[in-house]
Amino acid sequence: MRRNQVAVVGAAETTELGVIPNVSQIQLHADAALNAIADAGLKLSDIDGIATAVETPQQIAHYLGITPTWVDGTSVGGCSFMLHVRHAAAAIEAGLCKTVLITHAESGKSMIGKLPRSIPADSLQGQFEAPFGIYGPPSMFPIPVLRYMKTYGITHEQIAMVAVVQREWAAKNPRAMMKDPITVADVLNSRMIAYPFRLLQCCLVTDGGGALILTSADRARDFPRKPVYILGTGESVETPMVSQMETFNSSRAFKVAGPTAFKEAGITHKDVDHLMIYDAFAHLPLYGLGDLGFMPHEETGKFIADGNTRPGGKLPLNTNGGGLSYMHSGMYGMYALQESVRQMRGIAPAQVKDAKISVCHGVGGMFAASGTIIFTNEK
Amino acid sequence: MAEPARAKPKPTPETQHFWDGTQAGELRLQRCDACANVYFPPRPFCPSCASRKVSVFKASGKGKLYSYVINHRPAAPGFTPPYAIAVVELDEGPRMMSNIIDCPQTPEALELDMKLEVAFEKLDDKITLPMFRPAKG
Repeated sequence: MRRNQVAVVGAAETTELGVIPNVSQIQLHADAALNAIADAGLKLSDIDGIATAVETPQQIAHYLGITPTWVDGTSVGGCSFMLHVRHAAAAIEAGLCKTVLITHAESGKSMIGKLPRSIPADSLQGQFEAPFGIYGPPSMFPIPVLRYMKTYGITHEQIAMVAVVQREWAAKNPRAMMKDPITVADVLNSRMIAYPFRLLQCCLVTDGGGALILTSADRARDFPRKPVYILGTGESVETPMVSQMETFNSSRAFKVAGPTAFKEAGITHKDVDHLMIYDAFAHLPLYGLGDLGFMPHEETGKFIADGNTRPGGKLPLNTNGGGLSYMHSGMYGMYALQESVRQMRGIAPAQVKDAKISVCHGVGGMFAASGTIIFTNEK
Repeated sequence: MAEPARAKPKPTPETQHFWDGTQAGELRLQRCDACANVYFPPRPFCPSCASRKVSVFKASGKGKLYSYVINHRPAAPGFTPPYAIAVVELDEGPRMMSNIIDCPQTPEALELDMKLEVAFEKLDDKITLPMFRPAKG
């Protein structure tokens, strides 16, 4: 895909984030979509492409009253929206549609208009993982951590620092769910969830949504907001079963998606001003830093523990507070994208001064899928 | 009222040999006749070279502890927390999820790379699960 041919011209989250018991999941989609359409200064009838995950594109299109000429229902977990951005950029460049709406919403906390996820007993996961006591992401996502720690000499304290540093970012963000400062001791004394991870190393469970609007870079100049260009993209999938990952020392999906995006963008790691790495759990930023090639995995724990990713550090990471402290409705990728767009627009609550390139890296399932989008505000 | 039971696998035509094996006290894997790749979970072709000529064989049942969590909450139906959810690396190469029995469910007792051997736990007349315990000797 060619660089900077497509831009984000509308971006918004739901009016409220957090606990929203009076709004159903599909209406959260609509609320985010209407906010993004208003942000872009468009009408619903201007939208001719639609992408969403979990809910089907037909549900969202019908509910909003959109007649699309291009649809994408890629649903690979929380990074689905990174894949939507990549697919939409390709579709716009190919002339399949002009203006794409990507929506996410989840009533993750209140469960209004949302079916609980279940694992069919005759699926491979139902046969070869479910009988052994997996029960939701906290029981599965941290399974690789002890191996990763042993291989690379990463300490419990270093992983605890991920949560500490992200809380420092969240403190700067009025919309963050958790803002009170925490220490390494607080993290390591919080309630045990699934050893080695404790409560403060696991993401929040909240309600909310977000939406993006993309169009060609040529048209983007006519919109009210400063365009945010798509500089590079990558995607991959590995396995829906965490036990069947090729190795617990890295994520194969990360190692495909991340470097593909960097190559497409034609940038090196020192060009990156701002970084988002989807943090459903505290180990993910470590895997991301290593697999995206910022540093060897051996150095990731020390890099974060030394403060390099905190406010004022040399590599600002998860500047909205992340899934650990900002919000996490179940598919956090959309919120990571929203923060990258805010940073590129220069309007983030914890704005990184003069940031020109933002890398936004997502995970889906338990390392099952990955998508990376690299944004820039310079064409 | 009965206690909620643990999730029970429902075999498919492609996995039936595995579940027949555990009932017979055997851990069965598959090997590609063309490239000798040993793989899991079951499927009637080799995920490495795509050959459909594959054989089922009885594995040694020996392996080592690759990684795990000790789950505290929320607990799955049929489980009393804390309990370890482990990934075992079999001597033949493939890894599989299981539980570690006959061993305290603590970080001190559950040492990475400890040697394990398969043990079978009957759920009902159709399903027996492969579990692992610390290897003797």
